[in-house]
Amino acid sequence: MAKELISKIPEGPLAEKWTKHKSQIKVVSPGNKKKLEIIVIGTGLGGASAAASLGELGYNVKVFCISDSPRRAHSIAAQGGINAAKNYQNDNDSIYRLFYDTIKGGDYRSREANVYRLAEVSNNIIDQCVAQGVPFAREYGGLLANRSFGGAQVSRTFYARGQTGQQLLLGAYAALNRQIAAGTVKSYPRHEMLDVVLINGEAKGIIARNLVTGEIERFGAHAVVIASGGYGNTYFLSTNAMNSNGSAAWQCYKKGAFFANPCFAQIHPTCIPVHGEQQSKLTLMSESLRNDGRIWVPKKKEDVAKLRKHEIKPSDIPEEDRDYYLERRYPAFGNLVPRDVASRAAKERCDAGFGVNETGLAVFLDFKTAIERLGKKVISERYGNLFQMYEKITATDPYKEPMMIYPAIHYTMGGLWVDYNLQTTVPGLYAIGEANFSDHGGNRLGASALMQGLADGYFILPYTIGDYLASKFKEPKTDIGAPEFDEAEKAVREKIERLLSIKGTETVDSIHKKLGHIMWEHVGMARNEAGLKEGIKMIRDLKTEFWSNVYVAGEQGTFNQELEKALRLADFLEIGELMAIDALHRNESCGGHFREEMQTEDGETKRDDKNFMYVAAWEYKGEGQEPELHKEPLNYENIHIATRNYKD
Amino acid sequence: MDLTLKVWRQKNAKEKGHFETYKVKGISPDSSFLEMLDILNEQLITEGMDPVAVEKGCKSSGPVSFDHDCREGICGACSLYINGRAHGPDDEVTTCQLHMRKFKDGDTITIEPWRSKGFPVIKDLVVDRQAFDKILQAGGYVSVRTGGVPDANAIPIKRENAEESMDGAACIGCGACVATCKNGSAMLFVAARVSSLALLPQGKVEAARRAKAMVAKMDELGFGSCTNTRACEMECPKHITVGHIARLNREYLSAKFKD
Repeated sequence: MAKELISKIPEGPLAEKWTKHKSQIKVVSPGNKKKLEIIVIGTGLGGASAAASLGELGYNVKVFCISDSPRRAHSIAAQGGINAAKNYQNDNDSIYRLFYDTIKGGDYRSREANVYRLAEVSNNIIDQCVAQGVPFAREYGGLLANRSFGGAQVSRTFYARGQTGQQLLLGAYAALNRQIAAGTVKSYPRHEMLDVVLINGEAKGIIARNLVTGEIERFGAHAVVIASGGYGNTYFLSTNAMNSNGSAAWQCYKKGAFFANPCFAQIHPTCIPVHGEQQSKLTLMSESLRNDGRIWVPKKKEDVAKLRKHEIKPSDIPEEDRDYYLERRYPAFGNLVPRDVASRAAKERCDAGFGVNETGLAVFLDFKTAIERLGKKVISERYGNLFQMYEKITATDPYKEPMMIYPAIHYTMGGLWVDYNLQTTVPGLYAIGEANFSDHGGNRLGASALMQGLADGYFILPYTIGDYLASKFKEPKTDIGAPEFDEAEKAVREKIERLLSIKGTETVDSIHKKLGHIMWEHVGMARNEAGLKEGIKMIRDLKTEFWSNVYVAGEQGTFNQELEKALRLADFLEIGELMAIDALHRNESCGGHFREEMQTEDGETKRDDKNFMYVAAWEYKGEGQEPELHKEPLNYENIHIATRNYKD
Repeated sequence: MDLTLKVWRQKNAKEKGHFETYKVKGISPDSSFLEMLDILNEQLITEGMDPVAVEKGCKSSGPVSFDHDCREGICGACSLYINGRAHGPDDEVTTCQLHMRKFKDGDTITIEPWRSKGFPVIKDLVVDRQAFDKILQAGGYVSVRTGGVPDANAIPIKRENAEESMDGAACIGCGACVATCKNGSAMLFVAARVSSLALLPQGKVEAARRAKAMVAKMDELGFGSCTNTRACEMECPKHITVGHIARLNREYLSAKFKD
C-alpha cells in the first residue's frame, strides 16, 4: 500500500499540463483493448459516460447499477444546469475565469491542476451533448441560451428547462445504450456491489448482489471504476434519492483506498423545509431560482409571530419591513452568493428568531419583484416546472406567495482520494464524479457537478485508464475462482447472515433516522469541538445498537429492500463517524465546513491556511482502530490566495 | 387521516398474487403517498417482529416492496396503480409527488402494480421494465462517438423545435402509458423518443431507421398496438402528447415507403 500520496500532477505551466500529460501517458492498441475488461459501478453522468466512452474505444465493459434501469441514476434529478467556459454571452468568461471561480468557490481546498483541466474540457462537454441531441434551451436566433448561477459574475450555465441533469443523463444513457447494442458493454441493472476484490494489491473485480434474486455473484476485470456518487444520505434526510448510498466507495476504503476530506458536505440553501417526522426526503428547489428570486425574512419579530400563527400572509408585509439579508450582507453577489454562504446566512437569521414557519426553520424566496418586472409568462417559461413542483408539495402557489425554503444536505465534496489520473491509492481502482474528492474543495459551485461527472467520464478517465491498462493486456482474464474472490464472497455472506440473524426490535429506518439527527445536530451546518466529540461517541453507540438490536425483515435469497437498506446503513454509520473525525481534526472553517471556533467578527468562515492547506486523506486501519491521517499539501502556483469575498 | 389500504401482494414472478387489507392511522395530509407506504411498512415490520403473533396466524407478509428513488418526480422509478389510475388521482404527477391531501379521511385505497404483458411482476408492486431499455437500445440514440464533434453553436436550431423536442425528451420512462393502455402499447414511450430526436438536425439523419428499429423491437417484446384511444396521454405524468405519435407515424411510414 502506498503510504505516500503521489498526486502525479504534471510539471509545466498550468494551461499546458493536461495536453502535455495526455501526450506522455501510454495508450493501448485497438487489438489489445479487446483483451481488457473494465467494471464500472454506477450509471449516473460519470458512470454512464465512462462506460459508453470506454466501450466505444473497444474495451470490454461491465456496468452495474442498483436501479431497474441505468437511466434512473440520481444525476437525473439535477435541475439547474451545467457550466462551461464558452463565453457565448461575450461577458468576458474564459477557461481561466471558470477555473478561478471554482477554486475560490471551493475555498482554496481543491487542486489547481485538476480544476484547470475541468474548466478546459467543459467546452467539449457542451459540444458532445449537443451532438447527442440534448435539447438545451435556445435563443430566438437558434443559438444556445445561458443563465447565471451562484458564485459567478458571468452567465455560463447551459440548461434544459429545470431538467438539465435528466437531459444530460439521457444523452449519456443513449450513448451507453448504443454500446450495449453493439455488444461492447454489458449492463447489469438491479445489481449492488458489496465488495471490491484485490489480487496482489490490485483491483481485479467485485462481489455483487443480484437485487432480484438475492444471489451473490462474482465479476472479474482488469480495472474497476467507482462512479457511485456521494454519501449525503448519511444524514437520512437529504436531497439525494432514497437509494443513493456510499457503500461502494466505502468498501474500497476498507480495502485500502484512502478517503479524502469526508467532512466536506454541501448544504444547499434552497430546499423545501421539513414538514414533520414522517418525512422521507427533502426536495431541492433549483439554484437557478436565485437568478430572479429574492431571499428575505421580516425585519420585525412581531411580523414573524403573526406569520407563524397564519394571521398574515407574507405578501401583506410591506417592502420596508423586509430584510433581504443576502443583498444587505453581500452587495456584490446579492442573492447569487455560493451555496455555503447562502445556507449559513439563512441559519443565522433563523437562529436569531426570524424563521418564517411554525418550526422557525424557513426563509422566503420571493418572485414578486421579478414578476412585476418581467411578467408572469416569462417567469413561467423559466421556472414553470419548479413552481408546479413546489405547489404540488406544499399546496401554495409561488406566483402569489413566496416559496418557503431552508438549507438541506445536498452533495458531498469529499470522496475517494484520487491522483491526477483519477486512480485511488489502490492500483487499478478508479473513482470518478461525486465519488471522488478532487475538484470542488470545501464547497461546490452550482452547475459544476454535472460538469465534473461528464468531464471525468467522457474526456479524462478514458485517456488516463489507458496508462494503467497498457501494461495489463498480457495478463490473462481475472480468475473469479481465485481464493481472494472466495474470501470476499464469504465475508459478504457472513455480513448478510449476521444482519438477518440479529432480529432485534429497531427497524432499519428508525436507526437511520437517529443517525440523521446526530449528524445534522453535531456534524451539520455549524460544528464545534465539544459537539463533534459527543457526536462521535453517539455514532459509535448507535453503531453498537445497530449491530445488536436491528430488525431486518425477510430473507437473503429474495428481492429484499430491507436488507438492501440495512447493508447501506451499516456503512453510513461508519461514514458518519469518519466525517465527524475529519471535521474534528480540521480546526478551521472553510467552504461547507464551518467550525464555530473559527469565524470572523461578522460570522464569516475563517480559514487557517498555515495549518490546513492540505487534503486530508484517511487510511482504514481495521475494525475499531483509529484511521490514519495522510496529508497532501495543496500548492497554489497560479492563484493568489485570498479570503473569499462576495461583498464587494 | 385514517385509511384502509388494499395492497397487491405477490411473492415473486411465478406465484399468484392476492390483495391484502391493512389499516394505517394518523397520516398527515402533507405526507406523500410513498411516505404513507413507508409508515405502512414500519407497521408491518414491527408486527413481524413478534414471533408469538406470527405463530398465532397473524399472516404478515412482511413489508410491501415498491420501486421508488428520487421522490421528486424525475427518476421514473415509482409506478403504482392507485384506485384504478396510474400514479393515482392527481394529474401530471408521479406517485412520489402525490400527496395525501388528495384523499379523504376514512378512504379505502387500492394499490396495484403496473399490469401489462411487457412488465412482468418481480414482487408485490415491483415490475420489470427492462423492455424499455431494450427498445431504446434498438435505436434511441444519435450515432456519435465521444469527441470529434462540431462546436455546439455550429448548428442553429429553431427555438420552437428545441422546445418541442424537449417536450418529448421529458419522458421519464415510468411506464404509466403502457399500464394505462388497454392494448398495453408502448407507442407513446417510443414516439416521445423518436419525435424528440427527429425534431433536431442531429437526430434527423437517422430518424427513419430509428423509427423502424424501435417499433420493430416494441412489437417483438410483446407490447400491443396503438388504437388511438389517447388514454396514455391522459395519464402521462410529464404531459407528453399524442402529437409525438403522429410524428413517429410519419417517420415510420416514410421509412417503409423507402423499403
